Amino acid sequence: MAASGAAVVVVGGGVTGLSAAWWLATSGIDVLVLDKGVVGWEASGRNGGGASHYHSPLFHEEQRLWPQMDALLGYPTEYQRERVIFALTQSDLAAYRGMAAEGRRLGYAVSDLDPQQVRELVPMASEANLGGVHLHYGGHANPQRTVQAYAWALQDLGGRIAQHTPVIDIVEEGGQVTAVETPAGRIGCEALVIAAGPGTAFLLAKVGVRLPLGFGRAEMIVTEPAPLMRIGGVDGNGLYGRQTLRGNLAFGGGPHEWIELAAGGPAARPSSPLTRNLARRVAELMPGAAQLRLIRSWAGVIENTPDGRPVLDRLADPANLVVATMSSVGFGLSPATGHAVRDLVVEGRCGFADLDKLKLSRFENIRDDWLEQRGWLPPVLPAQ
Amino acid sequence: MPDPSAIDGKLAAPAEHAEVLVIGAGPAGAAAAIEAARLGASVVLIDENPVDPQLIGLDTPLLYGGRMTGAVQRRGIESLVAANPALEEAAELGVDVRLGVIAWGLYVNGPALRSLPAPMVGLADEGRSWMCGFDRLILATGARDIALAFPGWDQPGVVGAAGLHALVHRYDAFAGRRIVVLGSGDLGIDTALMAHGRGLEVAAVIEALPQSPASPERLAELAAVEIPILTGAIPRGVVSGRDGVAGLLMANATRVGLGIQCDTVCLALGLAPAVELLNAAGGRIVPDTHRGGHAPALDGWATSLPSVFAAGDCAGLAGSEAEAAEQGRRAVRQALGAAAEGAPRRGPDAWAYQSAWFDALTRDADPSLIVCQCEAVTRGDLLEVRAPRYLGEPTPAAKARDLGSLIADGPPNQDQVKRLTRAGMGPCQGRRCREQVALTLAQAAAIPVAEVPLALHRPPVRPLPLKVMADWEETPAMTDGWEIWFAIPGQWSAYEDIGTEREFVTPFGGEG
Repeated sequence: MAASGAAVVVVGGGVTGLSAAWWLATSGIDVLVLDKGVVGWEASGRNGGGASHYHSPLFHEEQRLWPQMDALLGYPTEYQRERVIFALTQSDLAAYRGMAAEGRRLGYAVSDLDPQQVRELVPMASEANLGGVHLHYGGHANPQRTVQAYAWALQDLGGRIAQHTPVIDIVEEGGQVTAVETPAGRIGCEALVIAAGPGTAFLLAKVGVRLPLGFGRAEMIVTEPAPLMRIGGVDGNGLYGRQTLRGNLAFGGGPHEWIELAAGGPAARPSSPLTRNLARRVAELMPGAAQLRLIRSWAGVIENTPDGRPVLDRLADPANLVVATMSSVGFGLSPATGHAVRDLVVEGRCGFADLDKLKLSRFENIRDDWLEQRGWLPPVLPAQ
Repeated sequence: MPDPSAIDGKLAAPAEHAEVLVIGAGPAGAAAAIEAARLGASVVLIDENPVDPQLIGLDTPLLYGGRMTGAVQRRGIESLVAANPALEEAAELGVDVRLGVIAWGLYVNGPALRSLPAPMVGLADEGRSWMCGFDRLILATGARDIALAFPGWDQPGVVGAAGLHALVHRYDAFAGRRIVVLGSGDLGIDTALMAHGRGLEVAAVIEALPQSPASPERLAELAAVEIPILTGAIPRGVVSGRDGVAGLLMANATRVGLGIQCDTVCLALGLAPAVELLNAAGGRIVPDTHRGGHAPALDGWATSLPSVFAAGDCAGLAGSEAEAAEQGRRAVRQALGAAAEGAPRRGPDAWAYQSAWFDALTRDADPSLIVCQCEAVTRGDLLEVRAPRYLGEPTPAAKARDLGSLIADGPPNQDQVKRLTRAGMGPCQGRRCREQVALTLAQAAAIPVAEVPLALHRPPVRPLPLKVMADWEETPAMTDGWEIWFAIPGQWSAYEDIGTEREFVTPFGGEG
């Protein structure tokens, strides 16, 4: 698709970039999203779909927005409220009760569950479960459907999306970004948002800004459909997961692999025999699901900042550049993140939450060898 | 300092190791195993037959179409060996022959996966799964059925050519008696002759095109056994009986309501090289209509993955058992160090033939025609890119979207359409609809189907129960180092605690 200039160009057609563009479009702003491939093709379309991020300054906005998203976007996201988290060990139970306390402190309803109550909500759950918690907030949505919903809703407001249009350079003039270069030509802009997941670091490097990121690969598995549970969002036994409204169980967790990445993003997203370890944990958590057939595994590549927290920041130089990387926790927060990015672009600051601790400047003094120090390095290949 | 929750050192070494591992004991695989053993290699030869009857019921790996007798339950290994004498020869040469063992995953280290202790294949029997390492891997996984929908194709009694061959020839467990074969190319003719030779009644061979693509000599073979061929006839429905198909209804240019009594309709419009394992492992697959569609990129018989070779139908439809066996021997010699010999056979233009049939079947097709049986996705759903019905009536905005508007935003992508409509996301893992969804996209975009990117396969490439797939003996490093997410210190700290004494701080980068 040929694309001329736009008031705001958003680089990255994942949930963060698309939500930001949609929010900008709702404010009547002419916005163009550029993606190197297909919308939602990276981690935005490959994740657990969870929407319960109490640790984030965007949490309240996340909780306020999700129940409205289907209506606001005009397309189904498959959002389902509530979550059940239950324990097979005492230490897990203590951790989940702590999580519940944090939810209550923030003003949200949480019920403690005894083992029988767990089995009433999750009939496939282990009889040996020790109890858990029922979050009356949070929940989950379908990542793939949600990405497309943002994209279509954006188009419905007049926003444009150019797929298969990588940004190969950023043009600056007088401390401002004035355009981006693509294989389809130069695209002018008055403001630029970079929300390109792992690619964010490579794009910022083009304007001399360093964003320290490590790149990890994480995996999930999917079963054939099971009878629908009243609450589809289920965590426990080292897993996060959801039941789709079709009935499939999609669960992830466990070790990640640090990978090397070049500017074009991952060429492949392989899953590993970790599939078997995930299968085991799902069968332990829910023995009633042990007979279900495992029909897919998949992997996604995600970026992490050194402290595992987002960078949501409007830079000082170039002054019209907003950076949005969610450090591996982007999907659920995306309705709120888009709102925050819209505020940063339009108002210069977020109007509904304090984001000062998410500024890029916190990493100014980080050492060049921080990845080595943290051990965030790809495995050493076995000798042949 | 290593990251304790990263995958390094956690994946177990394979439970067993094969010098030469051959997957698939058909003509190519059996010949490869025998040749490897003759050359002095230690060989493990696995084959998923006899297939678990439940998988047969799921049309996995072939389109059995519900036309198996109870004999598949008996799962006689003896009868399999009787049908395939090469297995006995292989066993006598010391090949470790394992029947009823499924290969569900191939894993090799690459740019985004470096944590494997060795290249390995995931194997499973009915009770458990395990990993098998290899020095050399020969893929001889054969070919899959290609299904194209017509009204009633979801009834019991609509089988694929490979599924029918397996039930008749391999299992002696075919429940039908009177067959109509769809497709009059070599595959259709071979299928009709095979069934006739086994004493089954072949009512007709049906060709939607005005003329059969087969040579006069091949057509004469049909005529010699008095199997009629009807050209220009398009399946328009089935007569349903108590046991599924009881007849096939057709239309042609001049007549509608043409019917043939039969209990089985066999789709013989083409086979697809079984590239699931290779594709799921990141091996390069190329569109090659003269090798049956999406086929492995090959250098001789070497795939793009190190130490992984392909032979027989999975390398690009070998055409005959003798040719497949020869390819198997050549592949194994190359795997063991010899120079590459020969190249895959160049067959007819498979996609042209299948596209012509698809166009004929979809001309004036009812939008309610089921395409994806697992997820009940219709042709209309695909054309409208309609979300599944359990999400309710489409909103006005969603109604304004269709395949045309999606294609206007970017080239057709089957994985994207799959995510939105669920076509291909069911327990049969897209075996029954993969090719026809690609054809639908090509038709909608007015491009050759070769230009629709292959929808990616993911492991496990067979649908196996969690309890079978589970690693019940994982490494202590896996158990001890398991975290739900990246376990970055402070990642989940409350926002207001950041920068206070309550924030758990792990020194990084030296500034603490």
